Amino acid sequence: MDGLWLQSLLLADSTVRLATPLVFCALAGLLSERAGIVNIALEGKMLGGAFAAASAAAVSGSAWVGLLAGIGFACALALVLGFATITHRGEQVVSGVAINIVVAGLGPTLADAWFGQAGRIPLPGGARFAPIDLPGAVELAGVPVLGPFYAEVVSGHNLLVYLAVLAVPTIAWIVAKTRFGLRLRAVGENPEAVDTAGVRVEGMRYRALLLAGVLCGLAGAYLSIAQNAGFIRDMTAGKGFLALAALIFGKWRPVPAVLACLLFAFADAAQVRLQGTPLPLVGTVPTQAIQALPYLLTILLLAGFVGRAVAPRSLGRPYVKDR
Amino acid sequence: MPAPAVELRGITKRFGPVLANDRVDLLVEAGTIHGIVGENGAGKSTLMNILYGYYRADAGTVAIDGEPRRIGRPIDAIRAGIGMVHQHFMLVEPFTVLENMLLGAEGGPLLASGVARLRASLARLGREHGLEVDPDARVGDLPVGLQQRVEILKALCRGARVLILDEPTGVLTPQEADELFAILAGLRAQGRTVVLITHKLREVMAATDRVSVMRGGRMVAHRRTSETSREELAELMVGRKVQMRPDRRPARPGRPVLEVRGLEVADDRGVPRVKSVTFEVRAGEIVGIAGVAGNGQSELLEAIAGIRAPTRGEIRIDGRSVGGSAEGRPRGFGHVPEDRLRMGLVPDLPACENAVLGYHRRPDYVTSGLLRRRRIVEICSGWLERYDIRPRAPMLPAIAFSGGNQQKLVVARELEHDPELLLVGQPTRGVDIGAIEFIHGRLLAMRDAGKAVLLVSVELDEILALADRILVMFDGRIVGELPAERAEERRIGLLMAGIAAEAA
Repeated sequence: MDGLWLQSLLLADSTVRLATPLVFCALAGLLSERAGIVNIALEGKMLGGAFAAASAAAVSGSAWVGLLAGIGFACALALVLGFATITHRGEQVVSGVAINIVVAGLGPTLADAWFGQAGRIPLPGGARFAPIDLPGAVELAGVPVLGPFYAEVVSGHNLLVYLAVLAVPTIAWIVAKTRFGLRLRAVGENPEAVDTAGVRVEGMRYRALLLAGVLCGLAGAYLSIAQNAGFIRDMTAGKGFLALAALIFGKWRPVPAVLACLLFAFADAAQVRLQGTPLPLVGTVPTQAIQALPYLLTILLLAGFVGRAVAPRSLGRPYVKDR
Repeated sequence: MPAPAVELRGITKRFGPVLANDRVDLLVEAGTIHGIVGENGAGKSTLMNILYGYYRADAGTVAIDGEPRRIGRPIDAIRAGIGMVHQHFMLVEPFTVLENMLLGAEGGPLLASGVARLRASLARLGREHGLEVDPDARVGDLPVGLQQRVEILKALCRGARVLILDEPTGVLTPQEADELFAILAGLRAQGRTVVLITHKLREVMAATDRVSVMRGGRMVAHRRTSETSREELAELMVGRKVQMRPDRRPARPGRPVLEVRGLEVADDRGVPRVKSVTFEVRAGEIVGIAGVAGNGQSELLEAIAGIRAPTRGEIRIDGRSVGGSAEGRPRGFGHVPEDRLRMGLVPDLPACENAVLGYHRRPDYVTSGLLRRRRIVEICSGWLERYDIRPRAPMLPAIAFSGGNQQKLVVARELEHDPELLLVGQPTRGVDIGAIEFIHGRLLAMRDAGKAVLLVSVELDEILALADRILVMFDGRIVGELPAERAEERRIGLLMAGIAAEAA
């Protein structure tokens, strides 16, 4: 019995770890898509953030410098996307894909040039965010049932995980209860209404993209200087797209989107544990089939269970006054 | 004399090669209702959007209450006390009424304080002006009349002393329009100024104190309403004498061509929109279906045209049952759909291809599977000439023509293929007076040639001008039938509003 409980706790623990970048990215996607900008570039911005964070942390030896660099670079990419799609009203999906492609190539190339390790950036010790043991974790570990839960699942994560937990209610509150949130939601539905109400559409959309850039930077930094110790080629592995799927699955609302992220992360965590483990009735399943689980789940959910997801009405539509 | 509420001087605005406003001057006296009339594309909306800061003028000056103002953005106009109700409402449909009013007037970074303040002023304005509306209703769920109310309230809440309304009655029944005019008169009594853009001369005569006429981007005349007439205004708008009502001979109805029995039609979401409708259209008559937009007329027309499958009932054309399929064309009817850009034309195809669309399998146009391009262009050129469609460029994509010319292209295609039955939806929506006159004349000529015509229109004037029999639709049912000679606007208006069905 105890063993099963511990197994479940470990599974929950890795679910939280794997969900963190998805949550950051889904919230980033939420901000930009509710403002009317399709953010297929989440993947690229997160990868860019991971690359910049690892580079800066490797050079400076400080995780904080790395974090700032990751956020800065992701924001710079967000501005590029904004310049293409808001100022010049470019096609949003194409612009986003362009960013993804550029970053996927640029990161390893620069890493190779700067660090000479075949596109990898290893971190020196101390240049990453270490796990934080919450007060009482060790003492309470002996308490039956809840003790291990506190020690394994709640405590022992790095700072960015806790930041992601905080980001969920914060972003939800901003979107629902603030002036910025009201204008954000309005600008994705009917930018003309925002414009005629005396608010600049372009300004709102830039701000939404920048805030999304910050969150993508956090996601990227988490990957390269918190969860892992360094940058490697394609280390985001489609997580940006997975977050986008979670956002749609969550119907562009913060809490359902985050729940979808947790579901995807859980599938991923379970997949790792299932590898090589013989299953009852089926026997040992090939690793590749198990690894495909989260993605199959995505397809199934998006195809079958979303129901009528109503996207923000002006999503993907550049704001052009008629004529 | 007090300073004018609005004074525009030399306003000029260019959209690419089009000169939308050409040195326009306008003086609006404080405390009046000022009409601006003109055909589509005359530049009325552009002028008002410049006053509201939505567009920026290339040249010209604006003075509000005698003080020169720079209005570069809507916020400048709002601060100067100008509010505008656009033709297409500027509302966020998933938002509540309150959230829509808050937008741009939040009163701080958090919404909570603004909400309380707005609730209070909403209640006060509602009482003062008879503009009651539920602040927590979702705007997308409200009927258009109430949505318009929200737009007016939005402007008033932000302290508008000059209220611009762009074609406000297009979506209203005649009675609702009268209510709106009563509200506007109430605002005038408080000393506010109203600018009313419209192309309906009846409304100008009924509601305004003064009227300015625009044509081709220029201001051509200013009149006191009491000193002018519909005829004079129409002439000023078009630049020549116009016939307000086409001459018509009495109809000589023959055999029934279209018979509809117990027809029921549902919309895309499965909601019944047409409820057991029965009527017929005979050869040599025009039957008009009147009603406020959204009462099932569109679905009825689509079902008869074979675009939408009916859930129940029967449609017979020339005695043969038509089973809700899209194979209408070979059966000899023409269809001018309500929405020319969505259904009537393929916007990116050249005019000549659009001119044969749906008839393109006829041997006239095709030999052994290949289009006879030269012949098609030739035929189309003839129609461009006869229907005065400009520019005379058969290879130009349909989207490059103006709305009125696009409509004439659709009408030409459907009429020239000589159908026994013609289904016509909103034939003059967004079309200027000159083209309206022409299209109306053609429809009457069809009737006189012994064809059956079913006309669906939300423009009551159009129904009255053309129809030999008028059916009024409300909530999916035909709630009244009147022969043309007994039809009067008030009675039809009441039927359209779903009131007094028994009185008819």
